[in-house]
Amino acid sequence: MLLRLVPDNTHIKFMWLRKVSFPLSILLVIASLAGFFLVGMNYGIDFKGGTIIEIKTDGPADIGAIRSRLSALDLGDVQVQEFGGSDDILIRVEEQPGGELAQQSVVSRIRTVFEDDNVDFRRVEVVGPRVSSELAQAGAIAVAASLLAILFYIWFRFEWQFAVGAILTTANDVVITVGLFVLLQLDFSLSSIAAILTIIGYSLNDTVVVYDRIRENLRKYKKRPLTELLDMSINETLSRTTMTSVTTLLALIALYAFGGEVIRSFTLAMIFGIVIGTYSSIFLAAPFLILFNLRPDALTPKGDDAEKGSGEEATV
Amino acid sequence: MLYFARWKIALIVLVVAAGILTTLPNFFSAKQLESWPDFLPKSQMVLGLDLQGGAYLLYEVDREDYIQKRMKALVSDIRATLREEPRIGYTGLGVQGDAAQVRIRDLTRLDEAEERLQPLVNPLVSNLFGGQPVDEFEMSATDDGLVRFSYTEQGLQDRMAAIVQQSIEVIRRRVDEIGTTEPNIQRQGTDRILVEAPGESDPERLKDLVGQTAQLTFHMVDTSMSGEQAMQNRPPVGTVVMMSVDDPPFPYLLEESPLLSGEDLVDAQVSFDQRSNEPVVNFRFNQSGARKFALVTQQNVNRPFAIVLDDEVISAPVIREPITGGSGQISGSFTVEGANDLAVLLRAGALPAKLTVIEERSIGPGLGADSIEAGKLASIIGGVLVIVFMVLAYGRFGVIADLALMANIFMIFGALTFLQATLTLPGIAGIVLTIGMAVDANVLIFERIREEARAGRSAVSAIDAGYSRALGTILDANITTLIAAVILFQLGSGPVRGFAVTLAIGIFTTVFSAFTFSRLLVALWVRRRRPSKLPI
Repeated sequence: MLLRLVPDNTHIKFMWLRKVSFPLSILLVIASLAGFFLVGMNYGIDFKGGTIIEIKTDGPADIGAIRSRLSALDLGDVQVQEFGGSDDILIRVEEQPGGELAQQSVVSRIRTVFEDDNVDFRRVEVVGPRVSSELAQAGAIAVAASLLAILFYIWFRFEWQFAVGAILTTANDVVITVGLFVLLQLDFSLSSIAAILTIIGYSLNDTVVVYDRIRENLRKYKKRPLTELLDMSINETLSRTTMTSVTTLLALIALYAFGGEVIRSFTLAMIFGIVIGTYSSIFLAAPFLILFNLRPDALTPKGDDAEKGSGEEATV
Repeated sequence: MLYFARWKIALIVLVVAAGILTTLPNFFSAKQLESWPDFLPKSQMVLGLDLQGGAYLLYEVDREDYIQKRMKALVSDIRATLREEPRIGYTGLGVQGDAAQVRIRDLTRLDEAEERLQPLVNPLVSNLFGGQPVDEFEMSATDDGLVRFSYTEQGLQDRMAAIVQQSIEVIRRRVDEIGTTEPNIQRQGTDRILVEAPGESDPERLKDLVGQTAQLTFHMVDTSMSGEQAMQNRPPVGTVVMMSVDDPPFPYLLEESPLLSGEDLVDAQVSFDQRSNEPVVNFRFNQSGARKFALVTQQNVNRPFAIVLDDEVISAPVIREPITGGSGQISGSFTVEGANDLAVLLRAGALPAKLTVIEERSIGPGLGADSIEAGKLASIIGGVLVIVFMVLAYGRFGVIADLALMANIFMIFGALTFLQATLTLPGIAGIVLTIGMAVDANVLIFERIREEARAGRSAVSAIDAGYSRALGTILDANITTLIAAVILFQLGSGPVRGFAVTLAIGIFTTVFSAFTFSRLLVALWVRRRRPSKLPI
């Protein structure tokens, strides 16, 4: 017997469930936005400027001692933490006042602190104020541009209701993922933007599959009430949606567990985003269409019906 | 959908084989590859700095510093011009903000002064507009006699472009000298320079070498008062106090205008002083430099002069006898490496302007190696999990999906190798993500086949319909992800870009393998078994 995550022929009333899923999403989105504006993200050096130094010490490191030695340098906010092992230490130094040159002197001063110890400088990253503001701008533009480009693509391929529904679904995922960053105070860096863009891609991928089926069913069953038709479409694609999420999550969990500390928060964000993306394409994407009055005959006047002649129409 | 022409089968097999073949060199060491016959591909994947270790340095021309220096030079030009006979009286000559200005005393001679100063606007021939000359400066005069020179926008842009170009050449000479393998030095935007040095294990030294202006000058020491005295009072006109590199620094009072500068050098080499056995740097002047040096040393026997690097006095020897051979020696308290670096800097020449590091990312070789290991482990475990899961879920068809997945992975690595795209740690994450998502195309098809079968179709007809109906969905779904990947590529730098590249390549290979390779395998299986019942 083969493994089935979802039994055949499910008849879950997803449209009815929107009475739960909509308020839940609205709540999460509001909470995320509130967190974003009131608490704020833990921006990494890519967007805030500053210095990250990763060192490997000979044997377990004494974090307290390192902290007190560094605080003698008077560099403002300095965070010292273990990074994947007791001999692997990550030092974060906030951006120094005094422009680009001041950032550079941080590195040389920290190097002198550890001069006499047997310390391996595994990673040094310094981002000056000018670059960080540019990166922040570029990141925001990228997320907005990709949402817009995808909006147009779906508009072009489907009806406008689908495009708006897809964007709302995806925006939901992005905002709640941002909420996760706020909640866990994960380091928000350039690779986090990459994670968010991947989530956008994945979530849309999922949503488009569901929409594709809805479009097909709209053509096939012209007389069905919309609610019923949407329910049917989600149930039909449910097996695929969960299967793909599971395989993707399997790969990502392996990456989270074994891929090393450097990309751990990147992977965590993606895992979370895939879960949210799966949830939203099942519980939000189709119900959104009802909100915008998508009618079953929306697609019939068009002559470009690819499904024509494939038979079996309206036999149920 | 299940019929394949012979040539199509051949083509599909060929593409997959090409993927495997181009991936193959990555499993061998460079040494082993040398013994391969020539017709086999030998190039390996390019690893990003985060995987092989190395330094990434983004420099920016210090615009302010450059403008200030240029304006100072302009001020002395203005002084010289106005002092030409018949002299024009002036006052308040100096740099004010980003401009050089002077006030002409006699307002009746303002027009004459303007006319005389006009050539100082320095027309530059700009390459951008087909030789149309552009003035470097803009001269303006007010009725009360104030003449101002400030940069024109185009003039400054041209200057910046020239400075960046020149700096890149100087940096390349310096980096080549210290034997960094395959450095990447390129212009970024209008006033930035990117230096990437893969495998560089000492980023601090690289930074010291690249970022130093290395302007070498020779000045006479003013002995009318000591450096300390000059610091307490005002240094006499035409002199300047500079500190020595010693610890603690010692002040010297020097004549402001240099006798000679690094531009007159033709060579610099490290050697060892015969008496003290300390490392020293020997240098040699070009002809005109040698003549000037001979003249100066003849006139100033028994007086000290100073060798100054970037406004710091390296040494201040006394001229014992005229030096006519055109060569000299710098002895400071150098370490061997310090002397070596100085020689490199002198040979490569000075940077035309100060450069500031605005972004630095350096990865030690240890972390890079760890990341590769972690990436490998995660990919293998992720791959195995997905493969096992697919077999559990789809049985025989799962095996086919797995074969397609493996072909897919080979094609991704093959494409990365062939395109010489840079593989970064996020790039590896992109591959792992693709492994998870690649089976999606097959899942879509298989679920569709199941559905069609449930709707009462025969096995073969269900398979056929499953493939043809899933195609549109798969394309739509993948194009949206592709859009995200393309935008990511546009935005990204370094590691993020690597992620976008693998994601995009993964999308192409996924669609290809699902629609050709896996379909071919299914078709072959159907042809052989003629199944009446679906195995899924």
